[in-house]
Amino acid sequence: MLSQIRPALVTLAALTLVTGLAYPLLVTGIAQAAFPHQANGSLVLKDGKPIGSTLIGQSFDDPKYFWGRLSATTDSNGKALPYNGGSSVASNLGPNNPALIDEVKGRVDALLAADPDNQAPIPVDLVTSSGSGLDPDISPAAAQYQVHRVAKARGLDDARVKALVQAHVEGRQLGILGEDRVNVLELNLALDEIK
Amino acid sequence: MNWQGYAQIIVFLAVLVASVKPLGAYMARVYEGEPIILEKGLGWLERLIYRLAGVSRDPEQREMPWTTYAVAMVIFNGTGILLVYAVQRLQGFLPLNPQGFAAPTPDLSWNTAVSFATNTNWQSYGGETTMSNFTQMTALAVQNFVCAASGMAVMIALVRGIARKTTSTLGNFWVDLTRSTLYILLPLTVVWAVIFVSQGVVQTFGAYPSVGLLQATKDADGHAVTDQVIALGPAASQIAIKMLGTNGGGFFNANGAHPFENPTPLSNFFNIYGLLLIPAALTYTFGKMVKDTRQGWTILATMFVVFLPLLALCVSQEQAGNPALASLHVDQVASALHAGGNMEGKEVRFGISATGLFASATTGASCGAVNAMHDSFTPLGGLVPLWLIQLGEIVFGGVGSGMYGILMFAIVAVFVAGLMVGRTPEYLGKKIEAREMKMASLAILFPAATILVFTAIAVVTESGKKGVFNPGPHGFSEVLYAFSSATGNNGSAFGGLGANTPFYNTALGIAMFFGRYFIKVPVLALAGGLAAKKLVPAGAGTLPTHTPLFVTMLVGTIVVVGALTFIPSLALGPIVEHLLAKS
Repeated sequence: MLSQIRPALVTLAALTLVTGLAYPLLVTGIAQAAFPHQANGSLVLKDGKPIGSTLIGQSFDDPKYFWGRLSATTDSNGKALPYNGGSSVASNLGPNNPALIDEVKGRVDALLAADPDNQAPIPVDLVTSSGSGLDPDISPAAAQYQVHRVAKARGLDDARVKALVQAHVEGRQLGILGEDRVNVLELNLALDEIK
Repeated sequence: MNWQGYAQIIVFLAVLVASVKPLGAYMARVYEGEPIILEKGLGWLERLIYRLAGVSRDPEQREMPWTTYAVAMVIFNGTGILLVYAVQRLQGFLPLNPQGFAAPTPDLSWNTAVSFATNTNWQSYGGETTMSNFTQMTALAVQNFVCAASGMAVMIALVRGIARKTTSTLGNFWVDLTRSTLYILLPLTVVWAVIFVSQGVVQTFGAYPSVGLLQATKDADGHAVTDQVIALGPAASQIAIKMLGTNGGGFFNANGAHPFENPTPLSNFFNIYGLLLIPAALTYTFGKMVKDTRQGWTILATMFVVFLPLLALCVSQEQAGNPALASLHVDQVASALHAGGNMEGKEVRFGISATGLFASATTGASCGAVNAMHDSFTPLGGLVPLWLIQLGEIVFGGVGSGMYGILMFAIVAVFVAGLMVGRTPEYLGKKIEAREMKMASLAILFPAATILVFTAIAVVTESGKKGVFNPGPHGFSEVLYAFSSATGNNGSAFGGLGANTPFYNTALGIAMFFGRYFIKVPVLALAGGLAAKKLVPAGAGTLPTHTPLFVTMLVGTIVVVGALTFIPSLALGPIVEHLLAKS
């Protein structure tokens, strides 16, 4: 029994050096050399300053912007702070939890209040919260649902905004993987570019 | 579901099956000590480790009986637990801590140490708000490698026990551990990590940057919020081994739902592929080492027969959506423009199909990574991952642990078949007698008892009930899921459960410990016994174990044991919740 202590200590120390230091440093070296943009958080620059990451959603509730998914993230005191990129978390609400029904109702009401003309049923991703609380995307259906509101708030043609949404639909990878989606931050940045 | 949703599942399964033979054959070479190309680059390191550790270079001399093999494994894992505990408690004094995180509490540190050393990766903490880069790399990720490797070692010892005859030894634990790490896990993780970074997984040591928001908002107290803090870290290297070692512990709190941990559908594909790759390929390694590859394919076929219907149930339930939202002016029907279905706790880029596949794979294996929150699944959609864990994580199982787990069921299946015809059962030429049955039963029944007894304790004590988040039967499911996950060394959760309390940290830590070692030690004891036996030549009365008939019997054994043990508890949770929602 005692004779196994030395190999235990030596193997653990050696494999810690290999897999706990050499390996992550090697990967960091490759990552920073080959994919520096991705490895450092896919940050978006505007006038030289970072204004977000294409992979991390931001909170939008102004009618002139497209809104993203609901987010259950909080600040360090546990108070609601949607899209807190420093602390990912989901609502974890069960399908029959009354709090989930309230959350969905609240969002449906807010969307209807912002655009009373629009009586179409609301795509489900727009009224539910994401797994990370940081989902950067909405479905093309959820983007199209908001076209009229955004166009009206900006005094633009619906058709022009709709075309912009179409141009921002990111297709499935390799034609079959995942789902079609629209990156909310990129779409809103493009909206602000329209003069 | 769109046709692409079906197509991605079919393509995934095809790629997985196509990988089984090449990787399985390679792993057999690694374990049988045949020359492999990587020894040219890493052989010096392997030999250096043996020299410092005092492991003989002579393959005959370093052979271990099962008792020594088990002692070596337990001491190694125990040392690992101590190291992970110590690193966490000293975190405040150690380097690579750009956010200045203090040490986690003692009960949380204990829970995390056991969790990572037992391949569970249950996490009562959020990574980006608790653990420094140093802790993540040198404590947590190292255990991801070595506890996976020790699971593979135990499985290989069992296979040797079956393949050898009239001997007392099963190989050398230190050699199996080192070769698993250096020649199987390490090269694969480098490839996976680079693929992940290319998709957007972060890999950096800097502090969390703060960026200006496009639209300023207000916080709960009405103060203006103009910036967003973005958590970063050396995530890609850790996520590669998290999947390939079927560990599942996230770098970030949201695990594989976090856009920096799993940014694209392609990274998601490699997550699922990584987690099932080694467990599936080990079936071929097994066949190769017992010199009858049909035996391995039979085991793989059995896994698919159990997996596919459960996958279909999970995906179809999630796609059907949440009936409670039906009256709320919400569109849950899939169309060309959206995935529809039950999207609470899911990410748009994965939709329903890629999420259901992930959830079924991660719990069929003992991985426990998630790309969506299982707590928010529909009742029956959530039953699938729960029951897959309870079946013993044998389709396809953890690296090593899935294979030795399903071999326990194979032994029970041949025993049951032997009872039917009144003949002493055999498996691969070895007589299955009282001792083998005792060990196999222990390995199957002990975890089941752990799950049920701990769940019962939790739901009748105040400290257990306090952690429940969702009301009604769903709250019971949260507790049942937690102890199933811990005992099964899975690590996924119905995450609403408030588990970072002394009660749950301690109880779940004990459950993880039981679930790992009360299977591994009986498995090794059984392996030692089998190795000592003579080979019985197959006769006219021998049940062939490579036929569709045997697949049927093995599936039957797995499903009957799993159903009889757990349906009463499932009836109290997801099943009654489903019926209540219908009424």
